[in-house]
Amino acid sequence: MTTMQAITDQNGVKRYMVNLVVNGDHRTVVVKANTLLVNVLRDHLDLTGTKKGCELGDCGSCTVLLNGKPVNSCLVLAVEADGQEIVTIEGLVQQGDTLDPLQEAFIDHAAVQCGYCTPGMILSAKALLAKNPSPTEQEVREAIAGNLCRCTGYVNVVKAVMVAAKRLQEGRGADHEG
Amino acid sequence: MRDNYAVIGKSVPKIDGRVKVTGQAKYTGDLKFPNMLVGKILTSPHPHARILHIDTTEAERLPGVKAVITHKDVPPLKYGISPARWDENIFCIDKVRFVGDKVAAVAAVDDETVYKALKLIKVDYEVLPAVFDPIEAMAEGAPQIHDEYPRNINTEIHQHFGDVEKAFAQAYHVRTDRFVGQRTYQSPIEPHSAISMWEGGKLTVYTSTQSPHYFQYYIARQFGLPMGDVRVVKTFVGGGFGGKLEPTGLEFAGAVLSRLTGRPVKMFYDRHEMFAHNRGRHRQIMEITSGVDRDGKILGVHANFIMDGGAYTSLGIATAYYAGAMLTLTYDFANYKFDMIRVYTNLPACGAQRGHGAPQPRYAFECHLDMVAQDLGIDPLEMRLRNARKPNTITPNQFKINSCELEECIQQARRLSGWDAKKGKLPRGRGIGIAVGSFVSGAGYPIYRTNLPHAAAIIKVHEDGSAATLYTGATDIGQGSDTVLCQMAAEAMGFVYERMKIVAADTETTPHDFGAYASRQTLMSGAAVKQAGEEVKKQLLAMAGEMMQVAPEELDCREGVIFVKGRPEVNITFGEAAREFFVRKGPLIGRGAYTPPTLGGTFRGAAVGTSPAYSFAAQISEVEVDEETGEIQVKEVWDVHDCGTVINPALLHGQVHGALYMGMGESVWEEVLFDASGRILNPNLAEYRLPTALDMPKITSALVDSFEPAGPWGVKEVGEGATIPTMGCYANAIYDAMGIRVYSLPLTYEKVWRALREKRNADFSQNRQMAEAVPATPDEAARGDGR
Ligand code: FES
Ligand code: FES
Repeated sequence: MTTMQAITDQNGVKRYMVNLVVNGDHRTVVVKANTLLVNVLRDHLDLTGTKKGCELGDCGSCTVLLNGKPVNSCLVLAVEADGQEIVTIEGLVQQGDTLDPLQEAFIDHAAVQCGYCTPGMILSAKALLAKNPSPTEQEVREAIAGNLCRCTGYVNVVKAVMVAAKRLQEGRGADHEG
Repeated sequence: MRDNYAVIGKSVPKIDGRVKVTGQAKYTGDLKFPNMLVGKILTSPHPHARILHIDTTEAERLPGVKAVITHKDVPPLKYGISPARWDENIFCIDKVRFVGDKVAAVAAVDDETVYKALKLIKVDYEVLPAVFDPIEAMAEGAPQIHDEYPRNINTEIHQHFGDVEKAFAQAYHVRTDRFVGQRTYQSPIEPHSAISMWEGGKLTVYTSTQSPHYFQYYIARQFGLPMGDVRVVKTFVGGGFGGKLEPTGLEFAGAVLSRLTGRPVKMFYDRHEMFAHNRGRHRQIMEITSGVDRDGKILGVHANFIMDGGAYTSLGIATAYYAGAMLTLTYDFANYKFDMIRVYTNLPACGAQRGHGAPQPRYAFECHLDMVAQDLGIDPLEMRLRNARKPNTITPNQFKINSCELEECIQQARRLSGWDAKKGKLPRGRGIGIAVGSFVSGAGYPIYRTNLPHAAAIIKVHEDGSAATLYTGATDIGQGSDTVLCQMAAEAMGFVYERMKIVAADTETTPHDFGAYASRQTLMSGAAVKQAGEEVKKQLLAMAGEMMQVAPEELDCREGVIFVKGRPEVNITFGEAAREFFVRKGPLIGRGAYTPPTLGGTFRGAAVGTSPAYSFAAQISEVEVDEETGEIQVKEVWDVHDCGTVINPALLHGQVHGALYMGMGESVWEEVLFDASGRILNPNLAEYRLPTALDMPKITSALVDSFEPAGPWGVKEVGEGATIPTMGCYANAIYDAMGIRVYSLPLTYEKVWRALREKRNADFSQNRQMAEAVPATPDEAARGDGR
C-alpha cells in the first residue's frame, strides 16, 4: 500500500492507483481508500459475475479468489488487493468455451436454480478442491458454509462438488496413465 | 395412461445453466445504460408519525444531484397489489406508518452523492403512538393507523360450511389448541433492483420481478398510461419466493426520477431495506378446535385466526383467505368454520411467501391432529390415513379435487422412513414425526378482476427449421420454468429440446402471462405452450403431407423427424418441412392461451384457494433433541409428493429441496425481530439466521405415480407444496423425542429447553404426588401413557 501512487482532487479527496491481476490480466484502477473490491470488479471492470447480496460479509455471493483463497470481496478494500491476483467466475472458463469441471457438474446435477449464489459457490468449491482434492461431504459443506443459497437447500450443490472432485481425480489419474 | 414421451420426463440440463455458471447471466443490478443515474429512497425512522414538513433544498443544491422528489411530485393515487384495499402511496403524504415507509427519493450521478443527498433532506415529524401487536391494535383506543379502518381491522373473514357446532356436539372428543407463528422474510439472495427509462412517451423498466404483467398493470395505472406504453422486462432474477410479485418504490420512484431527469435511473434496496420493504410471511395467531369420532375420523373443524398484516395490505387479503381455505384440502371432513381477522400494525407490510398463508396454519393443524391422536391412542400416521382425502372429491369450501394420492404419499413416506420400526421405539432424545400438505397449481382467478387468459404462448419456428423460439410471459425466477416450458414446447411440436430458444417475461415481446406465483406456471403456462406447440405441429404435418404426398393424419413428428406412422423409415426432417413452410406460406407460428374453467362456490371469498388441480405431500422427519441445551438436530427428512406427471425430475426434486429448506429455516431459526420502537433488530442474513449448508439434514425426495386430468400431460404443482408440512412435521418429531410441545414458531433451542424444564418440573411434582400415593385420575393416567 505504501508504494501505491495517490492523487488528491480539488476537494481534497485522495485517490489511489491500484494494480491488480484479474483473471490473468493486469488491470489498473483509481479508487478511494474506502472503495470495496467488489465494486471495483463490478463497476470499474464490468465483471458482474461477482454478485452482491448483502455487502455485509454474510452471503458469500461476492466470493472471489484472492491469491487462491476465497474471500468476500465486499469485505476487502480495493487498496488492500493492490498487487494481488484475483480470480472471478469469468476467469474459470478455459480456452474460450471449456467449462471448469465444477461448472459442468453444477449444470449436470441441477445445482443451479436462480444462479445468484452460483459464482460464489463455485469459487469457494474451487478453492476447496485446490487444497483438498477428495473432500468428504462434511468438508464440502464446511467449505460452502459461507455461501448462502435460498433456492437449492444445498442438496445438489454438495452433490455437484463431490462429483466434480471425483471427475478431477479420475482426470488426474488418466493424465498419469497417459 | 402415460405415453412414452420424447422430451418431457427427462432431466435435461437447464436452458440457462451455462450462462449462470459462467457469470454471464445478467441480473438487473448488473446492467448499465449510458448516462444512467443512481436513485435511492429516503425512508421513515419512526413507526408512526405525522409528516409536518419536508425540506429538500439542501439536497437539491448538492453537486451531482439531479432530482429530489416527494409526494408532491408523484401521482397521489393509492395503489396496492390487492385491488380490494389500495392503501399505499408512492410517497407518504400525511404520515408514515412503519420504520422504512417511503418519504422521498433522490437521483444523482453516483452512489456516494445519493447517500449524501438523502442525509440532507430534512423531514419534520410529529411522532405518534404506535402499535406492534395485532391484538393490541384491535383494542378500543389503540393508535389508528389508517383512518378508513376502525380498530385497525384490515379484513375480516367469517366462513361456515356445514354445521360445526352440531359436529362438535356429536363428536366423541373435542379439543382446542392455540399456536402462534412468526414473521419471516423471503430473503432472496439477490436484492430487489430496477432500472427505469422514460423515453418519449414510453416507460421501460428492467426489473427483478416475479410478474412483469402485474408490474406493467399497476405501473401503467399509477401514471395513467396505456399498458402498451409501459414495457416491463424481467432480467435474470435471483430468487423471489413471493417477495418480488408486486412493484415497489423502486419502480414507482424510479419512473418519476427518470421522467424528470430524462435519464435512465437505477434503484436498489440494500439488505436492510429489503427486510424493511418486507412482504414476507404474516405472523398468525391460530386457535384450532376439532371434533372427532371414536376412531379419530374428523367430523368438524373450527379455525379461528388473527394475523399481523403490518402497515399495508400488500397481498394480505389473499393471504388471509388462503390461511383458512387450504386447511380443508388434506383431510376429508364436512363441517368447517373459518374466522380470520387481518390487523394493521406499525410494522413492515406482510404479503405472500412460499406456501402463501398456508404453512403456519398447517403447522398448527398438524400439531393439533397429533395431540388429538394422542388423546385417542391412535398412531399419528394411522390418524392421517383414516382422514386422508381421496381423489375426485369436493372440499367443504367447494374446491374440486381431481387427482389425489395423499394416502399413497403417506404410505410411501412410512416405508422410506421406517416409521413402523421407529415410532415409539427410538431412544429418548430421538423422535419421528409426520405432517402432510397440499397446494394449488395456480390460482383459479387472477389478483385483479379481468377476463384475460391466465397464460399465453407463441412459438416461432426459425426460417431454416434449425431452431424454434418460445415466446412466453411466464417468469423464470430460478425455479426453471424456461426449461420445462421449452421441454413442453419441443414435446408438443415433435421437436428437440436442444434446439429450443426462449424469449420470456418481457411485456413488449412476449404474450401475456400472470407470472410466477401460486405455483401456476407448469400447469397454466404449460397448457398454453402445449397448445402453441400442437398448432405448429399441425401446420407442419400438413406441409409435410404435401411434400411427401401422404395424408397428414398418417404422419407424426417426434424428436425432429416427421414420419409415416408405422413406417418410420419414410420420413423427412422437421427442419425440411419447416423451411418449405416458410418458403410457401411465410412464418410458421403456433399460438396458445389458457383460461381455467369456472371454479369454486359463490360465497364471499370463494375464489381464493380455487385451482384446476392440487398437489399433495407427506413429510416425515427424524430429529434428535439435546436434553441439556434444547438443541434440535434434524437427522433426516423424507418428502413424498404427488405432483402429477413430472416434466423434469432433476428440477422438480430441486424445488422440493428448496421448499423444504425454507420450511426448515422457518421451523427452527428464522424470525424477523423488532425492538420496542418498531426497528428491525436482525435486518441481515446472519442474524436472521438463514440456514447454511451445515444446517441441512439428509433429504430424500420421492414421488408417487399420479396423473392430473386438468393439467397438460397430467402435471401439477410442486414449488411451494414442500414448504407446507415441514414446520408441523418437526414439531411432531420433537414431541415424539421428548414429550414436549412447542406452541410457537420458530421451534428455537431456547423454547425447547424451556419446555423441557417445565416438563421436568411437572414430572417431578407429579412423581412426588404419586410417591405420596395419590391415585392418578383416569384422565391423567390415560394421558400418561398415551393410550
Ligand atoms: S455481498 Fe459480500 S458477503 Fe454478501
Ligand atoms: S441458486 Fe438461487 S440462491 Fe442459490
